[in-house]
Amino acid sequence: MAENIQTNLINLEEKLNEIDSQINKFKQISSDEGIKLNEVVEILERKKLQLLDELDAWQKTLIARHKDRPLASDYINSVFTGFTALCGDRHIMDDHAIISGMAYLEGRPVVVVAQDKGRTTEEKVLRNFGMPHPEGYRKAMRVMKFAEKFNRPIITFIDTPGAYPGIEAEERGQALAIAENLRDMSQLAVPVLAVVLGEGGSGGALALSVADRILMLKYSIYSVISPEGCASILFRDAGKAPLAAAALKLTADDLYKFKIIDQIINEPSGGAHRDPKSTIENVKAALISNLDELCKKDKNELVKGRYKKFREMGVFCSFES
Amino acid sequence: MGWFSKLLVPDREKSKVPQGLWEKCPGCQRVIYKKDLEKNLWVCAQCGYHFKISARDRINSIVEPGSFVELFSDVGSLDPLEFVDTEKYCERYKKSRDKSKMNDACITGSAMIGKNKAALGVMDFYFMGGSMGSALGEKITLITEYATQNRLPLIIVSTSGGARMQEGIFSLMQMAKTSAALAVHAKAGLMFISVLVDPTTGGVTASYSMLGDIIIAEPNALICFAGPRVIEQTIRQKLPEGFQRSEFLLKHGIIDMVVPRAEMHDKLMFILDFINSNQRTDE
Repeated sequence: MAENIQTNLINLEEKLNEIDSQINKFKQISSDEGIKLNEVVEILERKKLQLLDELDAWQKTLIARHKDRPLASDYINSVFTGFTALCGDRHIMDDHAIISGMAYLEGRPVVVVAQDKGRTTEEKVLRNFGMPHPEGYRKAMRVMKFAEKFNRPIITFIDTPGAYPGIEAEERGQALAIAENLRDMSQLAVPVLAVVLGEGGSGGALALSVADRILMLKYSIYSVISPEGCASILFRDAGKAPLAAAALKLTADDLYKFKIIDQIINEPSGGAHRDPKSTIENVKAALISNLDELCKKDKNELVKGRYKKFREMGVFCSFES
Repeated sequence: MGWFSKLLVPDREKSKVPQGLWEKCPGCQRVIYKKDLEKNLWVCAQCGYHFKISARDRINSIVEPGSFVELFSDVGSLDPLEFVDTEKYCERYKKSRDKSKMNDACITGSAMIGKNKAALGVMDFYFMGGSMGSALGEKITLITEYATQNRLPLIIVSTSGGARMQEGIFSLMQMAKTSAALAVHAKAGLMFISVLVDPTTGGVTASYSMLGDIIIAEPNALICFAGPRVIEQTIRQKLPEGFQRSEFLLKHGIIDMVVPRAEMHDKLMFILDFINSNQRTDE
């Protein structure tokens, strides 16, 4: 079943590649031979858009987890200059699932806190597939408090299947570490900007996302539970993940409609991995414009605004008694 | 029944014979006269097993008789995702509501404990596994804000299977909302006592439940972020005996104390007396 689910995306990518190569071919012919083939190209472009319009929540989930999707470290290297890592929670260890440090964004000093899944096998092991231990969340909070102390805006990048479910993580207070981040991020007296790059996996993602603005890449997801987890619990069949993905309404479009996120950052058709460079440019532009606005606000206004933002989240009713 | 029905198996709800006079203890397998159990706050006199109890019974066991005033009881859930799994969420919710005569998985209000007034939020595992959706998050936030406004200490008794998946991202956001409200309560110099009872898991553990100035657990309660089954599947190992139980958390420095149900009222009263006597010296 899992294989069938995966081929879903591979088929789509093949189709997209085919259309792209056709488009390039016609464009080439057009310029070589001086023949106007605009109409054919337009038809093909439309066909491509149609294919992409039909992407369902599960396909988007697969794109969000795509092995070639740009990772936080790619953005850190390309968007900022002078990135200098700050390491460790000062108690147990340095959790490599989270990268944090100082950097410049077009000359503006910022603090970056990011989840990174790793690309090569070695990196994946080092970064624990982007699943932080409590130490990771504590390191993140330590660095965010550093940012607050020196009045630097904070940018967080979210990309995690979730907080790590393991023995040591539980022993050292995984729930506690997440809870403290939720509480303390809500009071940070500097601008906080969160960007979901790939997978926003539940509490493990939320623990870096109590921000003034939450942005999502077009094909990223953000959910209370993974589609697989939801499928095995509620649908009693992990193979029903595509169904669960749709039911959970976890795409950037859904979350924007729900007013949970503030902005969708555009990706090239078919996903960031098809053109990382343009995605990175889009992210950079979004960071700059949002920080420009947030940095104008005073501290009280920021903290009050952030409280209000999360205070208003939720859909409920009143039963007359 | 939902996914949480599995967790309910050994307990009151399932083993209850209609009008039965006897109850079997899941701890020691003894058959106990139900009236005795009730008198003993649903704790087995032989082995100390703590049966799950409803939020109403819980409130009666920790506050002064007749002092509880319910607040925000009207808040109930909606179905913003129009979620359907093996059953429509709105129907599942309605059934829980009809059965429990509650609007969601917690009761909030104010009460006296000894001579101390406190704001109170008490969760109910029988209502959809104590799962946290928008309504529950709203009620916890409302009672926290009420406590802040009225300068009251806050007590929340948690028991939960985690976030209410059927409300998707909205349920996740309740973790941030409740924690932010507690940040304000804490900043005002007010006390929050978090009481954890079996089981407290997932998103509820990873938000308000862990933010107590004092964290108390009932004996042998399962308290965790990731459930034992998820961890076993991830690490492919059997978990050690007693892992993620109250005593384990005490040993690892996550909670302050393990308090049996029969002593809970007195312990809460002691803590509230202690902080209130401090406040008098301030005046």
